Amino acid sequence: MPLARRRFDTLIIGAGGAGLNAALQLADSGLGVAVVSKVFPTRSHTVAAQGGVNAALANVLPDNWHWHMFDTVKGSDYLGDQDAIEFMCREAIPTVYELEHAGVPFSRLPDGRIYQRKFGGQSQNFGGEQAARTCAAADRTGHAILHALYQQNLRAKTHFFDEWFAINLLRDAEGVVLGALVIEIASGEPLIIEAKTTLLATGGCGQVFRTNSNAHINTGDGMAMALRIGVPLMDMEFFQFHPTGIAGKGMLISEGVRGEGGYLINKDGERFMDRYAPHARDLASRDVVSRSIMTEIKEGRGCGPRGDYMLLKVDHLGEEVVAKRLPGIRESSKIFAGVDPAHEPIPVFPTAHYSMGGIPTDRFGRVVVPERHGEETVPGLYAAGECACASVHGANRLGGNSLLDILVFGRLAGKDIREYVRENPYHRDLDDAVVQAAIAPLERWEQGGDGPGVAEVRAELQRTMEDHAGVFRTDEIMREGVDKLDALRDRLAAARLRDHSKAFNTARIQALELDNLYDVGRALAVSALHRQESRGAHSRPDYPERDDKQWMKHSLYFKAGDAMDYKPVRTKPLTVETFPPKPRVY
Amino acid sequence: MNEALPTRERLRWQCRRGMLELDLVLSAYLESRYSNLDDAGKQRFVDLLSVDDPTLNAWMFGNQSPVDAEMVAVIADVLSAAVEN
Repeated sequence: MPLARRRFDTLIIGAGGAGLNAALQLADSGLGVAVVSKVFPTRSHTVAAQGGVNAALANVLPDNWHWHMFDTVKGSDYLGDQDAIEFMCREAIPTVYELEHAGVPFSRLPDGRIYQRKFGGQSQNFGGEQAARTCAAADRTGHAILHALYQQNLRAKTHFFDEWFAINLLRDAEGVVLGALVIEIASGEPLIIEAKTTLLATGGCGQVFRTNSNAHINTGDGMAMALRIGVPLMDMEFFQFHPTGIAGKGMLISEGVRGEGGYLINKDGERFMDRYAPHARDLASRDVVSRSIMTEIKEGRGCGPRGDYMLLKVDHLGEEVVAKRLPGIRESSKIFAGVDPAHEPIPVFPTAHYSMGGIPTDRFGRVVVPERHGEETVPGLYAAGECACASVHGANRLGGNSLLDILVFGRLAGKDIREYVRENPYHRDLDDAVVQAAIAPLERWEQGGDGPGVAEVRAELQRTMEDHAGVFRTDEIMREGVDKLDALRDRLAAARLRDHSKAFNTARIQALELDNLYDVGRALAVSALHRQESRGAHSRPDYPERDDKQWMKHSLYFKAGDAMDYKPVRTKPLTVETFPPKPRVY
Repeated sequence: MNEALPTRERLRWQCRRGMLELDLVLSAYLESRYSNLDDAGKQRFVDLLSVDDPTLNAWMFGNQSPVDAEMVAVIADVLSAAVEN
């Protein structure tokens, strides 16, 4: 029986901040917009972004977009594209005002202007005094933005496919993307959504690591869909780790705990950060603390029966201070680590937090791939948010710039899609062979028989990624990791679903997510193996220095044959002078 | 069994949230204690799942508490199940 089909002007996969902002631009223009989301939209991971969004409004302290641009270029360890960064920092200002008009309840100054808080990495005058650049809606910024955008989209008649899962993109022989094959989780029925443009806005892929701070939904679905139609992933080796996640569980114990006087100890009770960062000690930068923890563990000074975590001590602050200043951390520690930090130290381990890399796009959200003399766009395909790489974060993202990224590039992708649909007003013919290719993953999991279970293979993948492509990366460790991933590919091919029922078969969705996690994990591991330098979040003890001569370039990983390609960093901004590379010191 | 209650499979997906902490506590409760509840208890958990993520997060890990005493009890039960896990 032929599959059911629906037609829209544009399809958006993912309903976080990027997807909903793009959808709103398009629905307000009168286009037919479909948004496919595997969970209810206001449960997207954007909701976890509590900090805020950067924009140089200069409401609290002097500021301008050029200083914001400098901070972002420096933070990226000079791997960010300076034209895209200039664009983002300029667009930040109208983007925040547009959100204000959409009803986001930003915290305010007494005179009614938007309040702005200070965050790390923000400066005035190109590296001078601390700036105050982050606009927030109390501690619910992500949710406030999602809620406002969702309500506005309902008003604008965006068509929501809530609790539907996208399996594969539909790309024809001429290379044009024509929509996607999706499945309704409730019924298990597939559906072809034909669209003149498709925007991937599926968020990050933190679940590829065993210890991570991401919601369970962050399985790299859009990134993997792009890989499967031949689009490379860019700069995947750059993954931000937070040094103090709860061991084995991953949720963050914020820097604020160490700021209050908490410190790390190894199994001998030693304050080991004194050896690695004698001045900053426990408040050294995230990458330094993460690597120090891993070094202690590798050298046999880890805590616990398996020696696989460090301890974060706060009990010396006294019960009253812990109860008053760290109530949330205390509650989380009791529940997830089984310890009361007022009396016992918290077991911690570096936790995977944010992917700087992703689907390569230009600054209008158009997906770009290399061609002989440069690069070209993939007709009909766009990407925005954490799944995309514009590239504004380069090798390291600054706090407050992730919400900014999703909002600016979601908004601009929406505007560009509008133009594309105007110039390409008709649906193209969709060949059966394209549909057959797209449905293969669904049919593969219908196979019966015995084999490893999905949860088992997923756990092996996450452990392999943590051990071999995590914080500690040497040639030997990473080569061993790629060998293990080769073996895991066979295990994945042999894996079987036990339950083939259709209605609300969440095991089937988890199997499809595992396919995505594997493809994205492999992209990350292979890209990391090839980059022989230390830059931003990618740190190699065997290549400890940043190497601008050889490696100031973007990595591109292709699924076919694990091929790597590279493209230059765009160092020329749009209207201002280039910021030349300098040592990144704070 | 109350047929008005969502199926367990549907609830399993409802426990997928935007925050890792909520993913873990809600799914742990569903797997460990939900099936032992009476229909009224099950309905209270279903009601809890309809609350937005930041509010749930504030109730469970912050200094806030719901007004409804029954909801307070559900949250205490959910958290104690999470500790057992």
